[in-house]
Amino acid sequence: MKVELQNLTKIFPSRNKKTGGEVIAVNDFTYTIPDGKLVGLLGPSGCGKSTTLYMISGLQKPSSGKIFFGEEDVTELSPENRGIGLVFQNYALYPHMTVKQNILFPLQNLRGADKMTKQQMLDRAYEAAKLVQIDELMDRKPSELSGGQQQRVAIARALVKMPRVLLLDEPLSNLDARLRLQTREEIRRIQKETGITTVFVTHDQEEAMSISDEIVVMKLGVVQQVGKPQDIYDNPTNLFVAKFLGTPPINVFTGKVEGEKLYIGENAVLDVKGVEDKAVTVAIRPEGFIVKENGAFECQLSNVEVMGRDVSVVSRNAASLNPVIRSIVDADNKIDVTSATVRYDLKPHKVFLFDAETEERIYFEV
Amino acid sequence: MAKALDFLNTVFVKGFWKTFCVKWVWQTFFCAWVYQAFWKTLIVRKLKFDKWKGWIYLLPAMILLMIFTVWPIFNTLRISMLEGYNSMDVIGGEKFKFGFGNFSTVLKADIFLTCLKNTMLLCILTVPISTFLALLIAVCLNAIRPLRRFLQTIFFLPYVTNSIAIGMVFAAMFNIVGKPSNASLVETWGIMNNILGIFGVEPINWINAGSSYSANIAVLVIYTVWNALPFKILILLGGLQSVNKQYYEAAKIDSTPRWRVFTRITVPMLSPMLAYVIITGFIGGFKEYSNIVGIFGDSMGPVADAGRLNTMVGYIYEIIPDGYYGEASAAALILFAIIFVVTMINLYVSKKKTHY
Repeated sequence: MKVELQNLTKIFPSRNKKTGGEVIAVNDFTYTIPDGKLVGLLGPSGCGKSTTLYMISGLQKPSSGKIFFGEEDVTELSPENRGIGLVFQNYALYPHMTVKQNILFPLQNLRGADKMTKQQMLDRAYEAAKLVQIDELMDRKPSELSGGQQQRVAIARALVKMPRVLLLDEPLSNLDARLRLQTREEIRRIQKETGITTVFVTHDQEEAMSISDEIVVMKLGVVQQVGKPQDIYDNPTNLFVAKFLGTPPINVFTGKVEGEKLYIGENAVLDVKGVEDKAVTVAIRPEGFIVKENGAFECQLSNVEVMGRDVSVVSRNAASLNPVIRSIVDADNKIDVTSATVRYDLKPHKVFLFDAETEERIYFEV
Repeated sequence: MAKALDFLNTVFVKGFWKTFCVKWVWQTFFCAWVYQAFWKTLIVRKLKFDKWKGWIYLLPAMILLMIFTVWPIFNTLRISMLEGYNSMDVIGGEKFKFGFGNFSTVLKADIFLTCLKNTMLLCILTVPISTFLALLIAVCLNAIRPLRRFLQTIFFLPYVTNSIAIGMVFAAMFNIVGKPSNASLVETWGIMNNILGIFGVEPINWINAGSSYSANIAVLVIYTVWNALPFKILILLGGLQSVNKQYYEAAKIDSTPRWRVFTRITVPMLSPMLAYVIITGFIGGFKEYSNIVGIFGDSMGPVADAGRLNTMVGYIYEIIPDGYYGEASAAALILFAIIFVVTMINLYVSKKKTHY
C-alpha cells in the first residue's frame, strides 16, 4: 500500500491569542511513500517529523492537504478506520495485561465480518509473537520485560491486525546502544518479511541511514531532501542536510571561489570548473582528505586518534567553522605526530560547495 | 469559676489520684512497655539507630503519642476485660471480674445487634453505590473541558459542609406532606414529596413518626452516598488525570469500542484508587453516626421508634454516659475487629485485582 501525502500542512494555533505566533509544524509536505518500503523521517527535534507521523495515523488532523492510502483518500478518516499499526515511543503497552492479552487486544476489537474465533485470534497472536521472537514471553506482564522485549511486544501488537501501514515513533530511542543496533536490524527483518509499508521517525541519522529504503530529511517543518540514504549522503542539496548526515560530522569551512579555484584561507585547495567567483561555504566529508606531504591544504595538527582500521586526524584551521577538523584516513598513512602541521589533498566528490548566504548547493564539474 | 474548680477537683483529686492504685499502674505500664519494646527492637535492628540520640529525638512525639494514642488503646483493652467496670469505684484494689464477660453481654444485647445490622446494611448499600456513581461522575468530568473546574467545585461542596447541618436540611427535604384531614402531622412541606407529587406519586412518609424502616434506610442511603461522593470523585479524578493519554490513543488506533476502553483500560488503570476509595469507604461506613444524628436527631430514629436506626458508634456513645465503660470498650473492640477483618478482605481482593 503506497501512502501519498499531498501538500500536507499542520499549523498549531498560538496558545496566547493576543501575542499571536502560531507554529507551523509541517509545511507543504508532498511525498509518496512507495509500497512495501521502509521510510525514515529524519530531523532534529521540533522539525515536524512526529507530527507528520501522527497525521498519517489520524491522531492529528492536518490543517490542509490530503493523505491517500493507495487510491483511497483517508484525510477525513478517523484513526480506528485507517487500518494502521502504530508503535509509540514509550510503547504504551497496557501494564495490567499480559503480553498475550496485549497482542490479542486489537483482534478482540474486530467487529462484524472481521470477527474471529478465539482459536483464530490465538493463532494470529502467536504468529505475530513468533515473528518478533517473543512467543516464550506470552504470559509475562510488560513490567517483567526488558526494554527491547517490550518494544517487540509493541511491534507485535501493531502487526497482529495486519495493518495497511505500520508507523513507528522513535522506535529505538528508549533502548541502550547495543540493543539499538540489534533492534534496528530486527525491524528491518520484520519489515522485509511482512512487506508492510513502514514509516518510522528518528532523530538519529545513523539509524535512519542504516535501515531505510528511503529517508526524508526535515527541518522546521520543511522537507529538505528525499532519497535513498547513500544518495543523500553523497549528494546533499543544502548545508543543513550535509551537516545532519554522517558521523563524524562533516567539516565546514568558509571559503571563496576565484578564477575557478577554491580557496580555503590562503590555500587553493581544489579546481572547481563552472563556478563563478563568490564567497562560499565548503563542506568536506571526513573521508574526503588524503594526507600528502606536498598537499594543497595546510592545517595545524592537533592529535591523531588511532581506531585500528582507520586513523582519525584531528587538526585545526582558522577558516574552519567547526572547533576541529576531523578526517578519517587509512591506517597505512604514516603521520608524523610531532610535526606542527599536516597537509591534505581533497577528494573532489567528497567536497560540497554551498552558497554562503542561501546555504544552497553549488555544483561544480569534477 | 467555682464549677471549673469543682471539675478539676473531681478529675485530679478524687478521680485521678484515687484510681492511681498499684494494679492499675502495673497493668497499664506493662502493656505500654510491651508496645515500646516491640518498636524499639524493630527500629534498632532495622535501622541500626544510634540508640540514645534516636530516642531523644523521638521523645516529644512519643510522649504525646503515649498519652493520646497508646495509653487510651491499652486502657480500652484493659477496661473491656473488666466486667462492670466503673471508673469511680476502685478503692481498695481490684474488685472487677477479669474476663470476656463484657463481650458476651454486648453480643447478647438486642440493641447492639440492631446497631450491628444497621451499620452493616448501610455499609453494604452505600459503598458500592457511591463508588460506582463517583466513578461515573469522575469519568464524565474528565471527558469535558468547559465548566470542568466549576463542576468540580460544585461536586466538592458536600465535603466542606457540616454533616449535621446538611442532615437537618435533608430532614426538611424529606419531610412528609401533610393532608388537610390529617393536619396534625403537618410540620413542613418536604420538597421530595412535592417533586414526587408532580409525577403523581402518593406522598411517602420518609422520616416522620410512623415511617417504615425501609423508607428511613432509603433516606439515609441517599444522604450518605451524596455525602461520600466528593472525596471519591476527587481521588478518582486525580487518578484519571494521571493515566497516560497514550493508552487511549493506542486503544483508539486499535478501534476499541468505548465501553471496552472503560472496562479494559480505564477501570484497571484506576484500580489502585478504586481499592483505596472502597477500603476507606468501608471504614468510614462502619463508623457511621453523625449522618443519622443529622437527620433523625439523637433519638437515632423516628420519634416513635427511637434507636431503630442506631449504629455501632451510636451505641458506644449512648452507653458511656450510663456508666457502662466495660461494655462500651468491648463494643469498640468488636467494631475494630470487624473493620480489621473487612479491610483485610479488601486488601486481599485488591492485591489480586489491582495491577500494581
